[in-house]
Amino acid sequence: MKSLGSIRRDFAPWNDPKAKPYIQFDKVTKKFGDFTAVNNLSLTIFEREFFALLGASGCGKSTLLRMLAGFEEPSAGRILLDGQDLRGIPPYKRPVNMMFQSYALFPHMTVEKNIAFGLKQEGMPGPDIERRVAEMLKLVKLEQFAKRKPHQLSGGQRQRVALARSVAKRPKVLLLDEPLGALDKKLREETQFELMDLQQELGLTFVVVTHDQEEAMTMADRIAIMDKGEVMQVATPAEIYEAPTSRFVAHFVGNVNMFEGKVAERTASTTRITGATGAQIVVDNGGEATAGSDIVFAIRPEKIKVSSKKPADAVNALEGEVYDVAYLGDMTVYHIKLDDGQVVRASAMNASRVTEDPLTWNDRAWVSFRPDAGVVLTR
Amino acid sequence: MTSTWSRFNITSIVLGFAFLYLPIVLLIVFSFNESKLVTVWGGFSTKWYVSLFHNQGLMDATWVTARVGVISATAATVLGTLAAITLTRYTRFKGRVLFSGMVFAPLVMPEVITGLSLLLLFVAVGLDRGFFTVTLAHITFTMCFVAVVVQSRLVSFDRSLEEAAMDLGAPPVKTFFQITLPVILPAIISGWMLAFTLSLDDLVIASFTSGPGATTLPMKIYSQVRLGVTPEINAACTILIAVVAVGVIIASIANKRREIQRQLDEQAAQRG
Repeated sequence: MKSLGSIRRDFAPWNDPKAKPYIQFDKVTKKFGDFTAVNNLSLTIFEREFFALLGASGCGKSTLLRMLAGFEEPSAGRILLDGQDLRGIPPYKRPVNMMFQSYALFPHMTVEKNIAFGLKQEGMPGPDIERRVAEMLKLVKLEQFAKRKPHQLSGGQRQRVALARSVAKRPKVLLLDEPLGALDKKLREETQFELMDLQQELGLTFVVVTHDQEEAMTMADRIAIMDKGEVMQVATPAEIYEAPTSRFVAHFVGNVNMFEGKVAERTASTTRITGATGAQIVVDNGGEATAGSDIVFAIRPEKIKVSSKKPADAVNALEGEVYDVAYLGDMTVYHIKLDDGQVVRASAMNASRVTEDPLTWNDRAWVSFRPDAGVVLTR
Repeated sequence: MTSTWSRFNITSIVLGFAFLYLPIVLLIVFSFNESKLVTVWGGFSTKWYVSLFHNQGLMDATWVTARVGVISATAATVLGTLAAITLTRYTRFKGRVLFSGMVFAPLVMPEVITGLSLLLLFVAVGLDRGFFTVTLAHITFTMCFVAVVVQSRLVSFDRSLEEAAMDLGAPPVKTFFQITLPVILPAIISGWMLAFTLSLDDLVIASFTSGPGATTLPMKIYSQVRLGVTPEINAACTILIAVVAVGVIIASIANKRREIQRQLDEQAAQRG
């Protein structure tokens, strides 16, 4: 069976027409004065899903999260949680909890008291609170720090306290606003996996806001790419990367080569494209493109093969000159300037330690790719 | 950069400090004077301190001042804190500029004018001047100082702390008392101390708004000085200076120690 990208876990309620949506944004608009932060947005999130809102700053992703938490009310539209309309319900009565970007730990309380705060508001009996706090401290491996105040902790420890505090109440949904933004790179990578394990262990629905595509790709079941208050695409990380539906998404996630062109010929199984500068490209999936329409052909650098001679069996092969070579250790990135002037980025894994046919600056070179290596974009 | 103690540097420092503190040093020295003549040294003695405590008039005035100070500082702190919260939290309401102008005007208003206008008000309303009117006047003019101190703290206050508390289930009022108030408490305490100090040494406004039976210590001292400075007054002033100095020193030591402790804690946390 062919499939896009790699398989992670057998969890795909979004493909099941009978699955009940858990969180629903229904034509939600949010305006701040004249500025429209979220524009007529509809989105469905399922129970136990790890959902990421990905976008540049100012795209409305944080506003979406804050509306879910109850700090902002939508100007129009509805937000439903487990079938219940959230309109008018204040933050302190919503069954969702949030982990703040700044962590927002109460500076005058110990770690223990911070975690117990939400449970106390619930009116949970003392012994139960103690038990739950101990459980949470164990979960985030901070047992010996219970009596410390936030300023006596390192950045990573603070992050874990914030996490423990926000899951202590067992919310229906946990909202995470740039949860790893303040950590250094190494710690961030470790913590990504910890968060995923935690989500599996607790069986909660996670909605995470991030501007870091790697973070979203690593952790999320599905990603919503946002731009200017609108959702551009909602899909699994593999689909987002391998089958973007627009130039924006293709550009936003990872590196991509774009060939402007026109559809010269369209049949059921193949699409022939004439590039704006003359290149001929044959693709076996043309998407919605019709003959004669202006399109963009997008292809990821690692799908392009670079060689010094024209590969005999290649359907698509374009000739050019090596413009730049960057050796990164695990892979090498080539910039090939095609004879029509376009520069193509291609990357090759350095699977062996020695290269038989090394290419260097100004060498003649061929780039080739399979008919299923890229996508045709109409928007 | 050379840091040499040139003759010029030393001279200017000595002159500067002398200008600032010589009068106070003289006052303290002469409070221990045996002689009744204020400017003639007649040997060391603490008898003026003893007689001070037997001076019923001065003791009464001290008691009045303390009560006015505590009550007015407390009320001014509550009102000033509320004003500061309004000014930092509600950035867009009708008349905000006017409101902030009016809150802060007493900072620059000449005391004579504040005092006179309050006097006119009390007369117009028919309020008998006394303890109540002085306290009211002190609340009015110290409130703005509290508002300034608390506002500067609130500006740097991380609103997400309040949001986190509400997110965890605390309604707004509970959030204020359990999160906001404890976090800004140091600023509120400094505001209170500032208001108390201002009330303690106010002469002008108190003179306008006070009445019989409510003479504050500065008023008492001033009226006695007009009949001639007695060593007793020197003693009273020395005690005042000591009280203020001890308060300031304790506050700054506590502050310093907290700061050092915090730095140590943070370093320890970074090391893991």
